[in-house]
Amino acid sequence: MNQALQSRRHIKVLLAKPGLDGHDQGAKIVVRAMMEAGFEVIYTGLRQTPEAVARIALEEDVDVISMSSMAGSHLPFCRKLVPLLEQAGLSDKLWMIGGNLPAQDHAALRALGFKGIFPTGSKLDAIVDYIRSELK
Amino acid sequence: MNQRAKPEIKSVVNESGIEVKPLYTAQDMEQSGGAGMVGLPGEYPFTRGIHNLMYRKQPWTMRQYAGFGNPGDTNARFKYLIANGQTGLNVALDLPTQIGLDSDDPLAEGEIGRVGMSVDTLRDFEIAFDGIDLDKITVSLTINGSAAILIAMYLAMAEKRGYDIKQLRGTAQNDILKEFIGRGTWIFPVEPSIRLVGDTIEYCAEHAPKYSPVSVCGYHIRESGATPAQEMAYAFCIAKAYADEVIKRGLDVDEFAGRLSYNFNIFGNLFEQVCKFRAGRGLWAKIMKEEYNAKSPGSMWLRMIAAGGGGGLTFEQPELNIVRGAYYALISALSGTQTMALCSYDEAYTIPTEYSARISLRTMQILSDEMGLCETVDPLAGSFYVETMTNQMRDKMVEIMAEVDAEGGIVKLVSEGSIQSKVSAQAYRMQRNIESGAFPKVGVNRHRNDQEEDHPVEFHPYDEDDTRMQIANLNKTRAERDDATVASTLAQVGKDAAAGVNVMPAIVAAVKAYASVGEITKELVKVYGRYQEPIRF
Repeated sequence: MNQALQSRRHIKVLLAKPGLDGHDQGAKIVVRAMMEAGFEVIYTGLRQTPEAVARIALEEDVDVISMSSMAGSHLPFCRKLVPLLEQAGLSDKLWMIGGNLPAQDHAALRALGFKGIFPTGSKLDAIVDYIRSELK
Repeated sequence: MNQRAKPEIKSVVNESGIEVKPLYTAQDMEQSGGAGMVGLPGEYPFTRGIHNLMYRKQPWTMRQYAGFGNPGDTNARFKYLIANGQTGLNVALDLPTQIGLDSDDPLAEGEIGRVGMSVDTLRDFEIAFDGIDLDKITVSLTINGSAAILIAMYLAMAEKRGYDIKQLRGTAQNDILKEFIGRGTWIFPVEPSIRLVGDTIEYCAEHAPKYSPVSVCGYHIRESGATPAQEMAYAFCIAKAYADEVIKRGLDVDEFAGRLSYNFNIFGNLFEQVCKFRAGRGLWAKIMKEEYNAKSPGSMWLRMIAAGGGGGLTFEQPELNIVRGAYYALISALSGTQTMALCSYDEAYTIPTEYSARISLRTMQILSDEMGLCETVDPLAGSFYVETMTNQMRDKMVEIMAEVDAEGGIVKLVSEGSIQSKVSAQAYRMQRNIESGAFPKVGVNRHRNDQEEDHPVEFHPYDEDDTRMQIANLNKTRAERDDATVASTLAQVGKDAAAGVNVMPAIVAAVKAYASVGEITKELVKVYGRYQEPIRF
């Protein structure tokens, strides 16, 4: 892929670590991949509440709201987050989630509005390419 | 590839950055420093093992990580594992417990009992260990941020059941510095966190001298992206930081160093791993003897659990992880560890089921009972390759430790986030190498199945009722305890923390009054504050 030949809009991504989970190795890898792709990335660090994720997304005026969840609490967290994002008028942003997300939960995540679902095993370039294609 | 080029032997460099040759001879061994550090098992510098007969006398302890739901659920799993031949326990606690939140804290919602057992008060420990003989089965608590409280709880529980605390064995992970690097269950800022570790070491040296209050973890640093040599070097830097904290208080090194233990990771190149352990044993002994003037051999021992690590397991074709686990167990046995654990094949998906936990246990039992691994100590010794690589790995660790010192020491580097940034950059490069196929991973970047199954493992169910039960039990305990004693013991925790004296006696008193993990943590936070994570890329 010849990135230099593509004229691209500036893309700003929020990557949050929701809940109490401390496994941030994967999140930090994805941050680096996004930075290398030329995105501006706001990485929250650990232990973000749904309120904090919605607030930072609004304040930072991001195009993409993404989360990395490894410890199994993605559904209860997202159920609390979604109404907050809607109230904040962030429904038109691209919502993404990655990490340890069992296949049986993907439909529920999609129904909640998470369009991009990247379970363990996803490739970094697939994540980056997906964001570019969605925000074209 | 250029077809016309002459076929050449590709150069191989292991993860730690050491070149691997196609053949080793006596000359390589001499050039790498010779046999000076080899010695005999049970003798300084302990490269070949900390005991003279090792597994011939006693096979490694088998200690699978287990815990989920409420203490009753976990007690049943413990008994299942013990009935199946497990010889030690390694307790998984849920995230609220690990970061000092009670089960009824709003931040704990959705996380109760999810990745480990939920613990609020001493009552939960009474239930979790009910019917388990604490003299026969040693218990390791995987707890860090709130370790001071859970150590106090464990000692209080054992005392209540009539055990002599002076004779009680067991381990707490209690390695907070690595939590800042990876794993992330910190609570307080770096400085008071180290002081708290110092408090537990000092308290146990006096009151529970056979209890291991700290298990320094290279394991999670490796999971975060460190090389095998960095894993061990950083762990030694961290152990030295704790030792310095306690020595500063006037303790003699031999009063506590014999109870320091380690937790290391196994995945990757077999020989690099085995040599890592052999090199580390010699280096730690040398550090304790030469830098710390330890006199007792026990202070020089690298006592450890070596665990087949999640970092090597794959999401793809998870059944292959059973095979990987067996190789990790083999490496672990060849390395001369005291204790072994294996991540189960389904751990890339879920917490292990009874079935997968039993497979891990049986893997270790096959090794100890069928394969002859317990018969001869340090069987790889004397190989030109193994001895050369052991020397080179030790040199590499010394070099990494010197770099840390030159850059201001491990506490500074962790506080400013630079170690975190370094290992995370390495993890990124490794991920890119795996995705490109430059770093081989079977089932991931080669030998893939055309069709991956959608549901390749059985998921451990998460029971929402456990949360309600746990909160109900907490409320019941709160209603039954003596409020005045709880209030006065909690106030004492705060006072002692503010005065900068050892907080363990006050925490033990509060725990015995059934004060909760969350209540005690709040008292400490008032004085210590909370950690603010440095974000550096």
